[in-house]
Amino acid sequence: MTPAPRVYLDHAATTPMVPAAIAAMSEHLAYGGNASSLHASGRQARRTVEESRELIAERLGARPGEVVFVSGGTEADNLATKGLFYARRDADPGRLRVLSSTVEHHAVLDPLLWLDKHAGAELDLVGVDASGRLVTDELRAAIERDPSNIALISCMWANNEVGTVQPVEEVVRLARAHAIPVHSDAVQAVGRLPVDFAASGLDAMTVTAHKLGGPVGVGALVMRRDLEATPLLHGGGQERDLRSGTLNTPGIAAFATAVDLAVSGQVEEAERLELLRARLVDGVRSLVSDVLVNGDPAAGPAHRLPGVAHFTFPGCEGDSLLMLLDAHGIECSTGSACSAGVPQASHVLLAMGHDDMAARGSLRFSLGHDSTAADVDALLAVLPAVHERAQAANMAGTRGH
Amino acid sequence: MRVLAAMSGGVDSAVAAARAVDAGHDVTGVHLALSRNPRSYRSGARGCCSIEDANDARRAADVIGIAFYVWDMSEEFHAEVVEDFIAEYTAGRTPNPCLRCNEKIKFAAVLDRAIALGFGAVVTGHYAQLRTEADGAVEMHRAVDHGKDQSYVLGVLTKDQLRHSMFPLGDTTKDVVRAEAERRDLAVARKPDSHDICFIADGDTPGWLHDRLGSKPGTIVDESGTPLREHDGAFAFTIGQRRGLHLGTPAADGKPRFVLDIEPVSGTVTVGPHDRLAIDHIEGIKAVWCGPLPTEPLACTVQLRAHGEAYPATAFVHDDRVSIDLHESAHGVAPGQAAVMYAGTRVVGSATIALTSRRLADQPAP
Repeated sequence: MTPAPRVYLDHAATTPMVPAAIAAMSEHLAYGGNASSLHASGRQARRTVEESRELIAERLGARPGEVVFVSGGTEADNLATKGLFYARRDADPGRLRVLSSTVEHHAVLDPLLWLDKHAGAELDLVGVDASGRLVTDELRAAIERDPSNIALISCMWANNEVGTVQPVEEVVRLARAHAIPVHSDAVQAVGRLPVDFAASGLDAMTVTAHKLGGPVGVGALVMRRDLEATPLLHGGGQERDLRSGTLNTPGIAAFATAVDLAVSGQVEEAERLELLRARLVDGVRSLVSDVLVNGDPAAGPAHRLPGVAHFTFPGCEGDSLLMLLDAHGIECSTGSACSAGVPQASHVLLAMGHDDMAARGSLRFSLGHDSTAADVDALLAVLPAVHERAQAANMAGTRGH
Repeated sequence: MRVLAAMSGGVDSAVAAARAVDAGHDVTGVHLALSRNPRSYRSGARGCCSIEDANDARRAADVIGIAFYVWDMSEEFHAEVVEDFIAEYTAGRTPNPCLRCNEKIKFAAVLDRAIALGFGAVVTGHYAQLRTEADGAVEMHRAVDHGKDQSYVLGVLTKDQLRHSMFPLGDTTKDVVRAEAERRDLAVARKPDSHDICFIADGDTPGWLHDRLGSKPGTIVDESGTPLREHDGAFAFTIGQRRGLHLGTPAADGKPRFVLDIEPVSGTVTVGPHDRLAIDHIEGIKAVWCGPLPTEPLACTVQLRAHGEAYPATAFVHDDRVSIDLHESAHGVAPGQAAVMYAGTRVVGSATIALTSRRLADQPAP
């Protein structure tokens, strides 16, 4: 096969590492040294980890002691949800209720479902409006039913599929009145939206490196020091006894470099991505008259992620579109969860009120640091033919049913 | 040509895809997910529908160097194959779900979608040969490896379907395919063949049907109508079945007894001696012709079950029905199975067996 030039429009899944992060990681890969060792090499590794921690904390509006390094977003979400649930329940056995939204990533939803099934938790999922935003009146009602029995609230900062920003500030305000801890998965937000942990009032926040130009396999749970959480990984106690495991020094160094660049360039990058997104959305709309654009129609940090464009193409299967675009070198996502590679209708779109058919006819394009107008134009150039074929395939698929 | 290789996760479809690449085609691999809940289907070595099989297919595609996707065919498969399977057993017939899957899924839903998406053909690892004649007509012939020949389960395909099909393994024996898979570094080279029905996890078809249809008590009788015992559901029986009848007392003549007839409404199952299974006439419905419609009485051989023997016969065609006179008796022929007609090695067409009978009722079977 001749490798076609690739047009990568799936940055919300993972984004290529930025050169500075590759350099930082490569440099530290060449060093030995366990950050927990006492000799000079160990001290050097420890210094790298702590300097990285300080830099990440500074860029995220946190204190260094609040940054707990983990293996990525899924681990941070599990540690926050399960760790806070266990600790809060142990402090008061009546605290069994967990509140969250219907549009969380599976890394939050599944631990919560697991707690519900296996650990006595009562999961209470609060619905979203048609744009995918948590309905705060519903959350308020859910809290007020019995504020004393709530172990925690988890609400993502921005949705990974449709890009809608959640009302985290309002969630925190409602929770604070009853001293309920709030966790937020912010993996999509950092580097795209202004994220300040202290100003947000959050108690815990998930961050991961590979969504912002760092490597896969490293992330952090940013968590207030005075909050008790039960560890999930026991061992050497490396991360303030909350998380064990030898510290991933090269990954952490690259993570810090990537966070530094992503956050310091966030405002300009968000503006650039909004312009590219507008080019993409306007282009798609002009080519496909019945396309639906999902999520919040308004731009800005309280509304949506700047680089995510999510569409429903009526009368098309998302996976037909994806396959045809892939054959043209254009890479995107159906935004749906996969089980054995079988596409399931997105729980996010279903929660937003779409039917199963519409949910299966959706595609997400997500722009990132290396995206250009030429990438968008390459998509627009092939879209009419691809769309026509996908519609025909859908007709073929429904024949006789 | 852009072609779509259906990859089950087994050795045959992997080698077929690789051969299509070698032949110069632009190949895309697709695994057909047939269940939304893959764990409920057979796993690993014995079927083609598990997560493990999807991963095996994916790894084979990696090694071959082709793009790979999973297509969700679970709704179509359930509606067209699983529900049909249940309905056929309920009606006292014995369906062949693999044949049905080829007819309705692989060379219909999948092929239609592939063509709409711009592919010219679907490639599978079936053992059968396609030959294109000078006039452009496509003929299907038995595979070189007669032990592996699968032309029977492809006998339901029409000319149009065959024109958009590729069976790269038809000229090869199975052991050569396995050796080739080894040479190509395909990890599935030594994976055992799949045999039984992929959607019945433990191979217990009567139990599976019982779970879905519940208890439908009836009586097993002998040819004189004397009740022998009660049973839990006529769907547990198939014409020609000998094992699992649990009749307790032996027949008067001491010979083994076989299922001769199933009456689905009353649930009466009639048993009798082997020679009463002999039939030499078949009425077939839903005839499909792989080539031109035969107009004269057709001298052919007829195969009545997968890997069964072929009987010399004369077939008379009336629209989509066909009457087949066998030149010698066949035993244990179950309505619902396909009668596939051959001229030499060439598949002429097929029909679903609706009725069987003996033309000369008093003549003892040879």
